[in-house]
Amino acid sequence: MCDTCGCNITHGNQHLIKAGGKLSLANNGKTSISVLKNLMSENDHIAKHNRDHFDKHNVLAINLMSSPGSGKTALLEATIQKLKKQFRIAVIEGDLETENDAERIRKQGVPAIQITTGSACHLDAHMVHDALHNLSLADLDFVFIENVGNLVCPASFDLGQHLNVTLLSVTEGDDKPSKYPVMFRAADLMLLTKTDLLKVLDDFDTVKAEENLRQLASSVPVFELSARFNEGMKNWIDWLSQQYAEQIARVEKGESLKPAIQPDGVDLHHNKQPHAHTQV
Amino acid sequence: MHELSICQQMMVQVNEIALQNHASSIESISLQIGPLSGVEATLLKRAFPFAAAHTIAEDAELIIEELPVVIQCNLCGSKSNTTPNKLVCSHCGDYHTQLLSGDEMLLTNIELTRADPARKNH
Repeated sequence: MCDTCGCNITHGNQHLIKAGGKLSLANNGKTSISVLKNLMSENDHIAKHNRDHFDKHNVLAINLMSSPGSGKTALLEATIQKLKKQFRIAVIEGDLETENDAERIRKQGVPAIQITTGSACHLDAHMVHDALHNLSLADLDFVFIENVGNLVCPASFDLGQHLNVTLLSVTEGDDKPSKYPVMFRAADLMLLTKTDLLKVLDDFDTVKAEENLRQLASSVPVFELSARFNEGMKNWIDWLSQQYAEQIARVEKGESLKPAIQPDGVDLHHNKQPHAHTQV
Repeated sequence: MHELSICQQMMVQVNEIALQNHASSIESISLQIGPLSGVEATLLKRAFPFAAAHTIAEDAELIIEELPVVIQCNLCGSKSNTTPNKLVCSHCGDYHTQLLSGDEMLLTNIELTRADPARKNH
Protein backbone atom coordinates (compact mmCIF):
# COMPACT_ATOMS: atom_id res chain seq x y z
CA MET A 1 0.00 0.00 0.00
CA CYS A 2 1.26 3.45 -0.81
CA ASP A 3 0.17 7.03 -0.51
CA THR A 4 0.58 8.04 -4.12
CA CYS A 5 -1.73 5.90 -6.24
CA GLY A 6 -4.69 5.81 -3.86
CA CYS A 7 -4.59 2.05 -3.30
CA ASN A 8 -5.05 2.60 0.43
CA ILE A 9 -8.40 4.31 0.00
CA THR A 10 -10.73 1.62 1.32
CA HIS A 11 -14.45 1.16 1.78
CA GLY A 12 -13.85 2.18 5.35
CA ASN A 13 -12.33 5.57 4.69
CA GLN A 14 -13.36 6.70 1.23
CA HIS A 15 -16.41 8.57 2.52
CA LEU A 16 -14.08 10.87 4.40
CA ILE A 17 -12.27 12.12 1.36
CA LYS A 18 -15.10 12.21 -1.18
CA ALA A 19 -16.28 15.69 -2.18
CA GLY A 20 -18.32 16.99 0.74
CA GLY A 21 -16.84 14.47 3.17
CA LYS A 22 -15.77 15.88 6.50
CA LEU A 23 -12.09 15.79 5.65
CA SER A 24 -12.40 16.90 2.06
CA LEU A 25 -11.84 20.60 2.70
CA ALA A 26 -8.15 21.21 2.36
CA ASN A 27 -6.26 24.41 2.95
CA ASN A 28 -3.09 25.58 1.37
CA GLY A 29 -0.01 25.70 3.50
CA LYS A 30 0.92 23.92 6.67
CA THR A 31 -1.69 22.57 8.99
CA SER A 32 -1.33 21.28 12.48
CA ILE A 33 -3.44 18.24 13.29
CA SER A 34 -4.09 17.37 16.91
CA VAL A 35 -4.21 13.60 17.34
CA LEU A 36 -3.86 12.27 20.90
CA LYS A 37 -3.89 8.60 20.04
CA ASN A 38 -1.95 5.85 21.70
CA LEU A 39 0.99 4.83 19.53
CA MET A 40 -0.08 1.25 20.08
CA SER A 41 -3.70 1.70 19.02
CA GLU A 42 -3.18 -0.54 16.00
CA ASN A 43 -1.99 -3.37 18.26
CA ASP A 44 -4.55 -2.60 20.97
CA HIS A 45 -7.39 -2.88 18.50
CA ILE A 46 -6.41 -6.45 17.61
CA ALA A 47 -5.80 -7.19 21.29
CA LYS A 48 -9.39 -6.21 22.07
CA HIS A 49 -10.54 -8.44 19.24
CA ASN A 50 -8.60 -11.37 20.77
CA ARG A 51 -10.03 -10.64 24.22
CA ASP A 52 -13.56 -10.58 22.81
CA HIS A 53 -12.92 -14.03 21.30
CA PHE A 54 -11.68 -15.40 24.63
CA ASP A 55 -14.69 -13.96 26.46
CA LYS A 56 -17.16 -15.27 23.92
CA HIS A 57 -15.91 -18.80 24.57
CA ASN A 58 -15.55 -18.52 28.37
CA VAL A 59 -11.77 -18.81 28.09
CA LEU A 60 -9.34 -17.26 30.58
CA ALA A 61 -6.14 -16.06 28.86
CA ILE A 62 -2.97 -15.67 30.91
CA ASN A 63 0.25 -14.11 29.64
CA LEU A 64 3.43 -15.45 31.28
CA MET A 65 6.41 -13.10 31.17
CA SER A 66 9.94 -13.38 32.55
CA SER A 67 13.57 -13.39 31.56
CA PRO A 68 14.78 -16.42 29.55
CA GLY A 69 15.39 -19.50 31.67
CA SER A 70 13.28 -18.53 34.67
CA GLY A 71 11.14 -21.64 34.28
CA LYS A 72 8.02 -20.62 32.36
CA THR A 73 7.79 -23.86 30.38
CA ALA A 74 8.57 -26.02 33.42
CA LEU A 75 5.86 -24.17 35.35
CA LEU A 76 3.38 -24.82 32.53
CA GLU A 77 4.27 -28.53 32.43
CA ALA A 78 3.65 -28.87 36.16
CA THR A 79 0.50 -26.74 35.96
CA ILE A 80 -1.00 -28.79 33.14
CA GLN A 81 -0.40 -31.99 35.11
CA LYS A 82 -2.38 -30.60 38.01
CA LEU A 83 -5.16 -28.91 36.05
CA LYS A 84 -5.81 -31.04 33.00
CA LYS A 85 -8.35 -33.34 34.63
CA GLN A 86 -10.47 -30.38 35.64
CA PHE A 87 -9.85 -27.89 32.84
CA ARG A 88 -9.23 -27.90 29.09
CA ILE A 89 -5.95 -26.11 28.42
CA ALA A 90 -3.97 -24.89 25.42
CA VAL A 91 -0.66 -23.05 25.23
CA ILE A 92 0.70 -20.48 22.79
CA GLU A 93 4.50 -20.48 22.87
CA GLY A 94 6.62 -17.53 21.78
CA ASP A 95 10.30 -17.90 20.97
CA LEU A 96 12.67 -16.48 18.39
CA GLU A 97 13.36 -19.93 16.98
CA THR A 98 12.60 -23.67 17.49
CA GLU A 99 9.51 -25.72 18.23
CA ASN A 100 11.09 -27.11 21.42
CA ASP A 101 8.75 -25.58 24.00
CA ALA A 102 5.59 -26.47 22.07
CA GLU A 103 6.83 -30.06 21.86
CA ARG A 104 7.38 -30.15 25.62
CA ILE A 105 3.82 -28.92 26.18
CA ARG A 106 2.31 -31.40 23.67
CA LYS A 107 3.92 -34.23 25.64
CA GLN A 108 1.57 -33.21 28.46
CA GLY A 109 -1.35 -34.03 26.18
CA VAL A 110 -2.61 -30.52 25.45
CA PRO A 111 -2.51 -28.50 22.21
CA ALA A 112 0.37 -26.07 21.79
CA ILE A 113 0.94 -23.53 19.04
CA GLN A 114 4.50 -22.33 18.56
CA ILE A 115 5.02 -18.78 17.33
CA THR A 116 8.57 -18.21 16.12
CA THR A 117 9.15 -14.48 16.00
CA GLY A 118 12.40 -14.58 14.02
CA SER A 119 14.19 -11.62 15.52
CA ALA A 120 11.29 -9.94 17.31
CA CYS A 121 11.82 -9.66 21.05
CA HIS A 122 8.14 -9.90 22.02
CA LEU A 123 4.76 -11.25 20.96
CA ASP A 124 2.19 -8.80 19.65
CA ALA A 125 -1.58 -9.02 19.29
CA HIS A 126 -1.38 -9.89 15.58
CA MET A 127 0.84 -12.92 16.21
CA VAL A 128 -1.49 -14.19 18.92
CA HIS A 129 -4.48 -13.57 16.67
CA ASP A 130 -2.93 -15.73 13.96
CA ALA A 131 -2.15 -18.46 16.50
CA LEU A 132 -5.77 -18.41 17.70
CA HIS A 133 -6.89 -19.47 14.24
CA ASN A 134 -5.27 -22.83 15.01
CA LEU A 135 -7.05 -23.33 18.32
CA SER A 136 -10.65 -24.31 18.93
CA LEU A 137 -11.57 -21.89 21.71
CA ALA A 138 -14.98 -23.50 22.16
CA ASP A 139 -13.16 -26.59 23.48
CA LEU A 140 -10.95 -24.70 25.96
CA ASP A 141 -11.06 -23.16 29.44
CA PHE A 142 -7.52 -21.78 29.73
CA VAL A 143 -5.12 -20.36 27.15
CA PHE A 144 -1.64 -19.73 28.51
CA ILE A 145 0.54 -17.48 26.39
CA GLU A 146 4.23 -18.02 27.11
CA ASN A 147 5.80 -14.77 25.94
CA VAL A 148 9.33 -14.42 24.59
CA GLY A 149 11.80 -14.55 27.49
CA ASN A 150 12.58 -10.86 27.98
CA LEU A 151 11.96 -8.47 30.87
CA VAL A 152 11.67 -5.39 28.64
CA CYS A 153 9.64 -5.44 25.44
CA PRO A 154 6.73 -7.85 26.16
CA ALA A 155 5.43 -5.46 28.85
CA SER A 156 4.46 -2.88 26.22
CA PHE A 157 2.21 -5.09 24.08
CA ASP A 158 -1.35 -5.98 24.98
CA LEU A 159 -2.10 -9.41 23.48
CA GLY A 160 -5.74 -9.67 24.52
CA GLN A 161 -4.95 -11.59 27.70
CA HIS A 162 -6.91 -11.08 30.91
CA LEU A 163 -4.03 -11.39 33.34
CA ASN A 164 -0.25 -11.01 33.37
CA VAL A 165 1.87 -13.32 35.48
CA THR A 166 5.52 -12.34 35.88
CA LEU A 167 8.04 -14.94 37.00
CA LEU A 168 11.23 -14.10 38.87
CA SER A 169 13.54 -17.04 39.44
CA VAL A 170 15.70 -16.97 42.53
CA THR A 171 18.82 -17.38 40.41
CA GLU A 172 18.30 -13.88 38.99
CA GLY A 173 18.57 -11.41 41.86
CA ASP A 174 15.98 -9.92 44.17
CA ASP A 175 16.37 -6.40 42.71
CA LYS A 176 14.85 -7.30 39.34
CA PRO A 177 11.57 -5.43 40.07
CA SER A 178 13.60 -2.25 40.69
CA LYS A 179 15.63 -2.75 37.53
CA TYR A 180 12.67 -3.56 35.27
CA PRO A 181 9.78 -1.52 36.72
CA VAL A 182 7.71 -1.48 33.52
CA MET A 183 7.57 -5.28 33.43
CA PHE A 184 6.91 -5.89 37.12
CA ARG A 185 4.37 -3.08 37.33
CA ALA A 186 2.36 -4.93 34.67
CA ALA A 187 2.08 -8.10 36.78
CA ASP A 188 -1.22 -9.26 38.24
CA LEU A 189 0.74 -11.92 40.12
CA MET A 190 4.46 -12.36 40.77
CA LEU A 191 5.84 -15.88 41.10
CA LEU A 192 9.23 -16.50 42.68
CA THR A 193 10.34 -19.68 40.94
CA LYS A 194 13.04 -22.33 41.48
CA THR A 195 12.81 -21.80 45.23
CA ASP A 196 14.37 -25.24 45.76
CA LEU A 197 17.65 -23.47 44.93
CA LEU A 198 17.30 -20.95 47.78
CA LYS A 199 19.25 -23.26 50.06
CA VAL A 200 22.34 -22.86 47.89
CA LEU A 201 21.80 -19.22 46.92
CA ASP A 202 22.49 -17.01 49.92
CA ASP A 203 22.20 -13.75 47.97
CA PHE A 204 18.50 -13.92 47.04
CA ASP A 205 16.18 -12.52 49.70
CA THR A 206 12.51 -13.28 48.96
CA VAL A 207 11.39 -10.55 51.38
CA LYS A 208 13.50 -7.98 49.53
CA ALA A 209 12.12 -9.15 46.18
CA GLU A 210 8.61 -8.50 47.45
CA GLU A 211 9.63 -5.13 48.96
CA ASN A 212 11.06 -4.08 45.59
CA LEU A 213 7.75 -4.99 43.95
CA ARG A 214 5.80 -2.97 46.54
CA GLN A 215 7.98 0.07 45.70
CA LEU A 216 6.20 0.00 42.32
CA ALA A 217 2.89 0.64 44.11
CA SER A 218 1.89 -2.95 43.40
CA SER A 219 -0.35 -4.85 45.81
CA VAL A 220 -0.57 -8.07 43.77
CA PRO A 221 0.04 -11.46 45.42
CA VAL A 222 3.51 -13.02 45.47
CA PHE A 223 3.86 -16.81 45.61
CA GLU A 224 7.00 -18.90 45.99
CA LEU A 225 7.22 -22.24 44.22
CA SER A 226 9.41 -24.90 42.69
CA ALA A 227 7.69 -26.50 39.70
CA ARG A 228 10.43 -29.10 39.40
CA PHE A 229 10.06 -30.37 42.96
CA ASN A 230 6.33 -29.71 43.15
CA GLU A 231 6.69 -27.35 46.09
CA GLY A 232 4.38 -24.40 46.72
CA MET A 233 2.20 -25.22 43.73
CA LYS A 234 -1.05 -25.15 45.71
CA ASN A 235 -1.28 -21.33 45.99
CA TRP A 236 -0.73 -20.98 42.25
CA ILE A 237 -3.25 -23.66 41.30
CA ASP A 238 -5.84 -22.24 43.72
CA TRP A 239 -5.25 -18.75 42.28
CA LEU A 240 -5.82 -20.06 38.75
CA SER A 241 -9.04 -21.83 39.73
CA GLN A 242 -10.24 -18.68 41.48
CA GLN A 243 -9.38 -16.53 38.44
CA TYR A 244 -11.24 -18.94 36.16
CA ALA A 245 -14.35 -18.74 38.35
CA GLU A 246 -14.11 -14.94 38.26
CA GLN A 247 -13.78 -14.99 34.48
CA ILE A 248 -16.96 -17.05 34.14
CA ALA A 249 -18.79 -14.67 36.47
CA ARG A 250 -17.55 -11.67 34.45
CA VAL A 251 -18.61 -13.13 31.13
CA GLU A 252 -22.08 -13.85 32.53
CA LYS A 253 -22.37 -10.17 33.42
CA GLY A 254 -21.10 -9.15 29.99
CA GLU A 255 -17.89 -7.73 31.46
CA SER A 256 -14.25 -8.24 30.58
CA LEU A 257 -10.88 -7.72 32.24
CA LYS A 258 -7.71 -6.08 31.00
CA PRO A 259 -4.41 -6.73 32.77
CA ALA A 260 -3.88 -4.44 35.74
CA ILE A 261 -1.52 -2.06 34.01
CA GLN A 262 -1.56 -1.18 30.38
CA PRO A 263 -0.31 2.21 29.29
CA ASP A 264 -3.38 4.33 29.98
CA GLY A 265 -2.07 7.77 29.14
CA VAL A 266 -4.67 8.19 26.43
CA ASP A 267 -7.50 7.58 28.86
CA LEU A 268 -6.06 10.08 31.29
CA HIS A 269 -5.58 12.80 28.73
CA HIS A 270 -8.41 12.34 26.37
CA ASN A 271 -11.76 10.64 26.07
CA LYS A 272 -11.43 7.66 23.80
CA GLN A 273 -13.13 8.11 20.48
CA PRO A 274 -15.43 5.30 19.40
CA HIS A 275 -13.66 3.05 17.00
CA ALA A 276 -15.45 1.04 14.34
CA HIS A 277 -14.62 -2.63 14.68
CA THR A 278 -13.55 -4.55 11.62
CA GLN A 279 -13.43 -8.32 11.52
CA VAL A 280 -9.89 -9.49 10.96
CA MET B 1 14.62 -3.13 20.79
CA HIS B 2 10.87 -3.01 20.13
CA GLU B 3 11.03 0.67 19.18
CA LEU B 4 11.14 -0.12 15.45
CA SER B 5 7.89 -2.08 15.57
CA ILE B 6 6.30 0.73 17.61
CA CYS B 7 7.56 3.23 14.99
CA GLN B 8 6.01 1.09 12.27
CA GLN B 9 2.67 1.08 14.11
CA MET B 10 2.93 4.85 14.44
CA MET B 11 3.53 5.17 10.70
CA VAL B 12 0.26 3.31 10.00
CA GLN B 13 -1.58 6.01 11.94
CA VAL B 14 0.46 8.82 10.40
CA ASN B 15 -0.29 7.56 6.89
CA GLU B 16 -4.01 7.35 7.68
CA ILE B 17 -4.07 10.92 8.94
CA ALA B 18 -2.04 12.13 5.95
CA LEU B 19 -4.51 10.50 3.59
CA GLN B 20 -7.54 11.87 5.41
CA ASN B 21 -6.07 15.38 5.21
CA HIS B 22 -4.84 15.24 1.61
CA ALA B 23 -1.31 15.86 2.82
CA SER B 24 1.41 16.34 0.25
CA SER B 25 4.13 16.18 2.90
CA ILE B 26 4.52 15.84 6.64
CA GLU B 27 6.72 18.35 8.41
CA SER B 28 6.72 17.00 11.93
CA ILE B 29 5.29 14.29 14.16
CA SER B 30 4.99 15.03 17.88
CA LEU B 31 4.89 12.39 20.59
CA GLN B 32 4.64 12.30 24.36
CA ILE B 33 6.58 9.49 26.00
CA GLY B 34 6.73 8.63 29.69
CA PRO B 35 9.46 6.39 31.14
CA LEU B 36 6.91 3.79 32.33
CA SER B 37 5.67 3.19 28.79
CA GLY B 38 8.68 0.95 28.21
CA VAL B 39 9.74 2.95 25.18
CA GLU B 40 13.01 4.83 24.94
CA ALA B 41 12.82 8.22 23.23
CA THR B 42 16.40 8.01 21.91
CA LEU B 43 15.82 4.55 20.42
CA LEU B 44 12.54 5.71 18.91
CA LYS B 45 14.37 8.60 17.22
CA ARG B 46 16.97 6.18 15.87
CA ALA B 47 14.33 3.79 14.54
CA PHE B 48 12.19 6.52 12.97
CA PRO B 49 14.17 7.04 9.72
CA PHE B 50 13.88 3.31 8.97
CA ALA B 51 10.12 3.25 9.54
CA ALA B 52 9.58 6.52 7.65
CA ALA B 53 11.74 5.69 4.62
CA HIS B 54 9.78 5.86 1.34
CA THR B 55 6.69 7.23 3.09
CA ILE B 56 5.08 10.66 3.09
CA ALA B 57 6.88 11.31 6.39
CA GLU B 58 10.34 10.60 5.01
CA ASP B 59 11.57 14.14 5.70
CA ALA B 60 9.50 14.76 8.81
CA GLU B 61 11.02 15.69 12.11
CA LEU B 62 10.14 13.47 15.07
CA ILE B 63 9.59 15.66 18.13
CA ILE B 64 9.44 13.78 21.43
CA GLU B 65 8.33 15.36 24.67
CA GLU B 66 9.50 13.24 27.58
CA LEU B 67 7.07 13.39 30.47
CA PRO B 68 7.92 13.05 34.16
CA VAL B 69 6.66 10.33 36.50
CA VAL B 70 4.06 11.95 38.77
CA ILE B 71 2.00 10.05 41.32
CA GLN B 72 -0.80 10.98 43.69
CA CYS B 73 -1.33 9.21 46.99
CA ASN B 74 -4.82 7.80 47.56
CA LEU B 75 -4.29 8.00 51.31
CA CYS B 76 -2.82 11.44 52.02
CA GLY B 77 -3.58 13.02 48.65
CA SER B 78 -0.14 14.50 48.07
CA LYS B 79 1.39 14.59 44.61
CA SER B 80 5.04 13.78 44.00
CA ASN B 81 7.49 13.67 41.13
CA THR B 82 9.38 10.42 41.34
CA THR B 83 11.38 7.77 39.47
CA PRO B 84 10.00 4.73 37.60
CA ASN B 85 10.99 2.24 40.31
CA LYS B 86 9.74 4.26 43.30
CA LEU B 87 6.01 4.65 42.98
CA VAL B 88 5.13 4.73 46.67
CA CYS B 89 4.06 8.04 48.21
CA SER B 90 7.12 10.11 49.03
CA HIS B 91 5.27 11.82 51.90
CA CYS B 92 3.54 9.02 53.82
CA GLY B 93 5.16 5.96 52.21
CA ASP B 94 1.89 4.25 51.30
CA TYR B 95 1.79 2.21 48.10
CA HIS B 96 -1.82 2.95 47.23
CA THR B 97 -0.91 5.59 44.67
CA GLN B 98 -2.25 6.59 41.29
CA LEU B 99 -0.06 7.41 38.35
CA LEU B 100 -0.89 10.87 37.00
CA SER B 101 1.83 10.94 34.38
CA GLY B 102 4.65 8.69 33.22
CA ASP B 103 3.25 5.82 31.14
CA GLU B 104 2.26 7.83 28.07
CA MET B 105 3.00 6.62 24.57
CA LEU B 106 0.99 9.21 22.66
CA LEU B 107 0.88 10.57 19.16
CA THR B 108 -0.12 14.15 19.95
CA ASN B 109 0.29 16.26 16.82
CA ILE B 110 1.14 16.11 13.15
CA GLU B 111 2.17 19.16 11.14
CA LEU B 112 1.49 18.65 7.45
CA THR B 113 1.18 20.49 4.17
CA ARG B 114 -2.06 19.95 2.33
CA ALA B 115 -2.11 19.43 -1.40
CA ASP B 116 -3.43 22.50 -3.21
CA PRO B 117 -7.16 21.87 -3.83
CA ALA B 118 -7.45 24.83 -6.24
CA ARG B 119 -5.20 23.15 -8.75
CA LYS B 120 -7.49 20.13 -8.92
CA ASN B 121 -10.60 22.26 -9.45
CA HIS B 122 -9.31 24.30 -12.40
